[in-house]
Amino acid sequence: MDFGNIMLIAVSAILVNNIVLAKFLGLCPFLGVSKKLDASLGMGMAVIFVMTLASAVTWIIYEYFLLPIPKNFIFRFFHLFDPSVTPSMFDLAYLETIAFILVIASLVQLVEMVVQRISPPLYEALGIYLPLITTNCAILGVAELNTMTNHYSFIASVVHGFSAGIGFTLALILMSGIREKLELADVPPSLKGLPIAFMVAGLMSLAFLGFSGLKF
Amino acid sequence: MPTNKLAVAVSPHIREDVSIRKIMYSVLIALVPALIGSVFFFGPRALWLSLIGVASAVATEAGIQAIRKVPIEVSDGSAALTGLLVAFNLPPGVPLWMPIIGSFVGIALGKQVFGGLGRNILNPALVGRAFLMASWPVEMTTRWIVPKYGTLSGIDAVTSATPLGVFKSMNTILADPAASLIEIQKANTILGKLFDSWGNLFLGNVGGCLGETSALLLLIGGIFLLWKGYADWRIPVGYLVGLGVLSWAFWGRNGLFTGHPLFHLLSGGVILGAFFMATDMVTSPVTPRGRWIFGLGCGIFTFIIRKWGGYPEGVSYSILLMNIVTPLIDRYTKPKIFGEKKNKDKEQKER
Repeated sequence: MDFGNIMLIAVSAILVNNIVLAKFLGLCPFLGVSKKLDASLGMGMAVIFVMTLASAVTWIIYEYFLLPIPKNFIFRFFHLFDPSVTPSMFDLAYLETIAFILVIASLVQLVEMVVQRISPPLYEALGIYLPLITTNCAILGVAELNTMTNHYSFIASVVHGFSAGIGFTLALILMSGIREKLELADVPPSLKGLPIAFMVAGLMSLAFLGFSGLKF
Repeated sequence: MPTNKLAVAVSPHIREDVSIRKIMYSVLIALVPALIGSVFFFGPRALWLSLIGVASAVATEAGIQAIRKVPIEVSDGSAALTGLLVAFNLPPGVPLWMPIIGSFVGIALGKQVFGGLGRNILNPALVGRAFLMASWPVEMTTRWIVPKYGTLSGIDAVTSATPLGVFKSMNTILADPAASLIEIQKANTILGKLFDSWGNLFLGNVGGCLGETSALLLLIGGIFLLWKGYADWRIPVGYLVGLGVLSWAFWGRNGLFTGHPLFHLLSGGVILGAFFMATDMVTSPVTPRGRWIFGLGCGIFTFIIRKWGGYPEGVSYSILLMNIVTPLIDRYTKPKIFGEKKNKDKEQKER
């Protein structure tokens, strides 16, 4: 995998296939934490961290434990005792979702403990949203895209996870800037709060359509 | 009554009679030369599309304001301007219902949901265009009309696409490793002709969106706006400089600084965008420094989308993208108050 390809994956994940504005994953934290710029920065950092780590770990799990290929560890283990087993007997790819959720959930617990220890204000600001990353479709979606859909190599997976996190943070920060400005706007009462945020998100994704088809 | 602390001199005073109405009508007047040029090149259809765009924008605004039970202020001309700009961003051959939908979406979803004039985040006219672009991409990119006295591309060799479309497809041929020598030579010849055809581009004797083709007539209106002070000069200058320098430096085939900035500045909707849509007072930054950033950013995004993007033209999307960034630009270019000191502890306490 050469450098140009890696760059393409990164740019594509940040701008073209932005996890929020093009794939519409992770809308819950996107709308929940985008009211204040500071909180959204913290959330973005947490997502970048978790996504990168999750990409790395889930790639290893997928390649070495779930896929029915000779390097599967479970297969190798049983192969030691019974040479007649074949890799195809250990096709666990259907467990992907559950395995990934388990791994990501424990990862988020780790992040939560680290954040609580290092930065209590950030921990307070994130509130309910850090535990919510546990079952966040954005992070699960990135893990799934790395393995099942795109069959990335390890490096490409990590880069993709990291840049998808960057893309998420970018969208979140832009959104929080707009929402802070909207605090002063005379929005019709029926559209106040979440509805107008959804409208802004829709308009943002309309603008991000300009990047579609971007290639180098 | 509170005491007036401002010293007021004896009359006569110089009074500034700038109002929203006056600015909006000035911008409309500044767009009239381009409209006349468009009718001249593309026929009366251009006029009908523009009138339909204006009428539906005004009707939408009035209708929504009536439903919301707020004062109906369509006579200030801002809705009419949005409608005209929506029409200006359409290919002249589109069906007549298209400006109606564009204006409706622009005014309703781009402006009135935020509370009306002055509250919108994105330029309403460009929201309308982006919506049409996403919904009817074929109509929005193929319904060109050949100008009365020229060809669609401005040169004789190719007659099937607009200058930017030809430019894009020729560059695709050049980048294709499987292209034959004859194809490459042909593409090079056409590109050379394209770069020499800037006279047609300048006058507007090429195919393109309704109001964007004639750089000359748009510049007349744009300079009028700059002279009156209704548009800030930093944004168009930043835009043109950003796009010009980038395309000059990085878009030549013989290394650095061999590109053709004039072609990139005159083709497509750059002049219309830089002078009339990027300078929208509501959706561009307030601070002078922010306006430089805004203009340069528009130029950079236009360059990126034109060079690497899927569309031949990137003006409307680049302005929308910079509109999204505008709140953050304003936030970080706030000038320091005289005598202000950075007090980090205090700042943190306030949070």
